Amino acid sequence: MAKKLRTRKHEVVLNRSVGGDAGITVILAIFGLFMFLPMYYTIIQSLKPMDELFYFPPRFYVANPTLDNFKSLFNLMADSWVPFSRYIFNTVLISVGGTFGNLVLSSLSAYALAKIDFPGSKFLFQVIQKSLMINAVVTGLVNFITLSYIGWIDTYLALIIPAWGSTLGLYLMKQFMETNVTTEVLESARLDGASELRTFWSIAMPMVKPAWLTLIIYSFQGLWNMGQTNLIYSEQLKTLNYAISQINAGGIARSGSSAAATVVMMMVPILVFVVSQSNIIETMGSSGMKD
Amino acid sequence: MSKNTEKQVKTRHEMTKAEWTWFLVRKNKTAYFMVLPFMFIFVLFTVVPVVASLFLSFTQFNMLEAPKFIFMDNYITLFLDDELFITALKNTLIFAAVTGPVSYLLSFVVAWFINELPPKIRAIVTLIFYAPSIAGNAYLIWTTLFSSDAYGWANAILMELGIIDTPILWFQNATYVMPLCIIVALWMSLGTAFLSFIAGLQGINKSLYEAGAIDGVKNRWQELWYITLPSMKPQLMFGAILAITGAFGFGPVVTALAGNPSVDYVAYTLNHHLSEYQGTRWEVGYASAISFIMFLMMIGANMLITKLISKVGQ
Repeated sequence: MAKKLRTRKHEVVLNRSVGGDAGITVILAIFGLFMFLPMYYTIIQSLKPMDELFYFPPRFYVANPTLDNFKSLFNLMADSWVPFSRYIFNTVLISVGGTFGNLVLSSLSAYALAKIDFPGSKFLFQVIQKSLMINAVVTGLVNFITLSYIGWIDTYLALIIPAWGSTLGLYLMKQFMETNVTTEVLESARLDGASELRTFWSIAMPMVKPAWLTLIIYSFQGLWNMGQTNLIYSEQLKTLNYAISQINAGGIARSGSSAAATVVMMMVPILVFVVSQSNIIETMGSSGMKD
Repeated sequence: MSKNTEKQVKTRHEMTKAEWTWFLVRKNKTAYFMVLPFMFIFVLFTVVPVVASLFLSFTQFNMLEAPKFIFMDNYITLFLDDELFITALKNTLIFAAVTGPVSYLLSFVVAWFINELPPKIRAIVTLIFYAPSIAGNAYLIWTTLFSSDAYGWANAILMELGIIDTPILWFQNATYVMPLCIIVALWMSLGTAFLSFIAGLQGINKSLYEAGAIDGVKNRWQELWYITLPSMKPQLMFGAILAITGAFGFGPVVTALAGNPSVDYVAYTLNHHLSEYQGTRWEVGYASAISFIMFLMMIGANMLITKLISKVGQ
């Protein structure tokens, strides 16, 4: 399955009409522009000097590109009440802590659910599959109450620990293990006397690298883009996304630095995706749901 | 240990079902330890909230005093005496009914169109379509494109062309708020489902198409219906679930674009209504009733759609 993705499709004469190809190209181009132009315009805005930002009609190119907006963004950051490095630290700590825990707990469970046939495993996976159907909005209220009983409100733990139980990564990893880790390999390791944990760690895990890379990226992206939440109210514990949205809310006077802030913020997940695209697509190859 | 081996001497057929299950449970002890940590966190932060919100929805609770049981009163108030809830419910349903299916179709159509492109080009096109869904708050650019003054791109074009002579206050105008929010939602909706479709299409065995061509499949539409869709049903299922779940949870973006409350409450969703009662007023029982209704809507829509998809190609 995984190998097949990489090989070029071999040339078969299928029923393809020239008209159909042309139509597809035109539709793709229209959709593509719709997707691309706003992103492009964000980048262009961030490079415009002040006078070009307020040019009528607005231009889709920049005559004198400048990095002034990025400079003023960093000045704004330097002036902020809480040092900007603190927001970055918070975001990195939450993203790394949440992702690491989610990776460890999910891989252990995914392996057990995919490769050990124990009573209850089907039921547990059904519940996890159903949980993909509900949005976090539904659980927010009770989680707030739970976290305040534990006493984690306004601590990093309130954001990190719930992220450990996020199900999308586990789901993808379990499906990937099912198709890509053959039971024969595991059986021979077990016959050699390897414990279940050892088989998991030294046989199964190396075989599912694309899946854990995908899990890391998904979890990281989610936590990285997390904005304002009612779980944190101390300014010095807030995230980068929150700080950036404060700059964005600065209105027209800051529209240049606001665009610069957005560019800085979006570049991280986009670059991560560019580097890991083939692994993610490979993981998605087994993402399908078979009831 | 010796006791253990004695038990194993008994064969499968001599054991009752319960005995056999218990034997398997003990044999797979490690497996339970492996799933335990995840399940603990998952149950605490996902299963418990759903169950608890059902119980709390029958109570009046402000987190200071003990919950007071009032049975269906919260639900009765919601449906009979809370006009804003009805507005929010209506808007949420319209929103989900448009963005869910359209985003799903868009994800599939684009994935299908780019399937036969050479791998390098396909990777670039994938990036272009996928980027908005992971770009943090990049959607705020839409408030610039549709800004209320003449520096906004939409107003500028319309004014240049002489269609309007004063700028339209896009995100403050009751006519335009909802359609614009839907457009932005669609713009950022080609996410995981889209990637799953791309991978699903790539994974289809090419010899199926050759066989199809021999069996008289005439064009790509027939190919789509008879070969492609049935072969990637699992991905279609997974994608549908993500599309539906996404379509119901779209509050914060509306707030960022059109403010909360939006003009005349035209884009006021259940999400907003919920945060009003759970964050501002602390009426936990009432908010739980809203949560639980949202839960039922998401599960209901998902069950319905997955039923429909399982019929594809049959």
